[in-house]
Amino acid sequence: MFAFVLRRLLVAIPTIIVITAVAFFMMKVAPGGPFDLERPMPEEIRERLLAEYGLDQPVWKQYIDYMAGLVQGDFGPSLKFLDKDVAELIGEGLPVSLMIGALAMLVAVVLGTFLGAIAALRQNTSGDFAVMSFAMIGVSIPPLVMGPILALVLGVYMGIFPTGGLNFSRYGLSVLVLPVITLALPQIAIIARLMRASMIEVIRSNYIRTARAKGLSASAVIVRHALRAAVLPLVSYLGPASAAVISGSLVIERVFQLPGMGAYFVDAALQRDYTLVMGVVVVYATLIIVLNLIADLIYSVLNPRVSYDS
Amino acid sequence: MTTILNPKEKEEMLSKAAVQGRSLWDDARIRLFRNKAAVTSMVILGILVVLAILGQLGVWVHDYDTIYRDRVSQPPTWENLHLLGTDAQGRDLLARTLVGLGVSLMVGIVATVVSLLIGVTWGAIAGFVGGRTDQLMMRFVDILYSLPFIFFVIILMVVFGRNIILIFVAIGAVEWLTMARIVRGQTLALKGMEFVEAAEAAGVSQWMIIRRHIIPNVLGPVVVYVTLMIPVVILAESFLSFLGLGVQEPLTSLGRLISTGAQDMEVAPWTLIVPAVTMMVTLFCLNFIGDGLRDAIDPKDR
Repeated sequence: MFAFVLRRLLVAIPTIIVITAVAFFMMKVAPGGPFDLERPMPEEIRERLLAEYGLDQPVWKQYIDYMAGLVQGDFGPSLKFLDKDVAELIGEGLPVSLMIGALAMLVAVVLGTFLGAIAALRQNTSGDFAVMSFAMIGVSIPPLVMGPILALVLGVYMGIFPTGGLNFSRYGLSVLVLPVITLALPQIAIIARLMRASMIEVIRSNYIRTARAKGLSASAVIVRHALRAAVLPLVSYLGPASAAVISGSLVIERVFQLPGMGAYFVDAALQRDYTLVMGVVVVYATLIIVLNLIADLIYSVLNPRVSYDS
Repeated sequence: MTTILNPKEKEEMLSKAAVQGRSLWDDARIRLFRNKAAVTSMVILGILVVLAILGQLGVWVHDYDTIYRDRVSQPPTWENLHLLGTDAQGRDLLARTLVGLGVSLMVGIVATVVSLLIGVTWGAIAGFVGGRTDQLMMRFVDILYSLPFIFFVIILMVVFGRNIILIFVAIGAVEWLTMARIVRGQTLALKGMEFVEAAEAAGVSQWMIIRRHIIPNVLGPVVVYVTLMIPVVILAESFLSFLGLGVQEPLTSLGRLISTGAQDMEVAPWTLIVPAVTMMVTLFCLNFIGDGLRDAIDPKDR
């Protein structure tokens, strides 16, 4: 197990290097720069600014300098928020994004597993049909449609939930409801579908029949034997799911005006704030790699047939 | 008495015998047309496609980019035939929605074809060649899988400007991974199948094996995956448009319309509702057709 984790972490290092290199050089290829304003500034000042941030160096040197800083945990200064470091900006945005994302994942896993299991156990009944219709709606209505509609109906017309911002002192936790629901809905749907399919397969298998035959109660068969095997496909979906939640958060943060990390990213890229773009990419790439690793580990714990120590 | 046939006659007999039975595809078609949700979806989608084409041709009384300064944010009305109202700049929403639908569908199809080409080629080569090449190629896919792709697409859009060809390529280049896996797995499995061996033993030519056995068997999952991928691609495009990185004004797509509609929803809710409903219906139809096809082609899941 330990060797496996170590090996995966070692593979993660070149992956991160490749990701940063691609992102870095792509940004540099882009026409324009962070100091191209609508009103052109005097050439001297421009050159001073470029020199100040090391942007007058050759690109490969800039990349090496950036990576050298990154290794020491230095994300560099933001080129647009002149009084702030990228690390500070990420420090402000990341907790918001993480909180919304983690809550959405939690809701999605709990509700999705539950709904999927119910649908499988009551296969071809009206309950099953209801869950599957709900799942179809969840898959077909993306956050960018669902978010504005929920905000319009529940926020503007009915006034139940606030439609934007993160004003805890005024609204309390209710500000989180709409963003989390919007973000979780497609994942609930996908997880419920996966769970239903795998649960149906499991409860038809021989060992479940054996468990029933030896007189275990229905709940013991389901909880102790069927669920454990049925959640396996879900675990391998956790990696892609977290990536989906992260990209969904870009939309959510815009719809509900949340001060998260995704909100920075698009503007930073448009304004050529190289260091901020790089910072966001590095943080999210690391997050996805770590989450994938965790998903693999949970998988091996739940499924004794999988061993990573060969 | 045994008749001895020459190889040419034999081949003719064999192909005749094969035609008489009901093929995999006949079965699938029958199953598909029994699926009411899928058939209804096909009809609705067909209507939407026709409307979108008419929208592109500009047959409606209003153009999608004509600005009526005196008719800003009008709710749906018979007056001046703004059947679905106008947007905050005074443009006819019906015309804009149809054009947006057309762009979204086009992106869906073209980007899917791009990813289909890359994915099938990659997967087929990996599966056929096998061995070390296969390992390397699939390892590469694994690594790409774990990347935060959306960020690269966003950077790409920023770098090369927002042109529609680039959207096709960028989305297609992101979505080919699963296709490559499916094709590779299928090819690998088929290569070792008994019926392929049997066909070889019976002296069927290599080309015939590929045509009669390999292609039909790979095609099923690929067709299913393609139909389920079109909605994913449409979503990806609307995601980019929503962030302001997709197609550029005055051209529009459903994602862009939803994005502007969301900004104006408190004064002009129809500018959000019309494109949002259009998109929902389109995605519903595509998903139902995809599910129907999967059940029809690969019925073991039911």
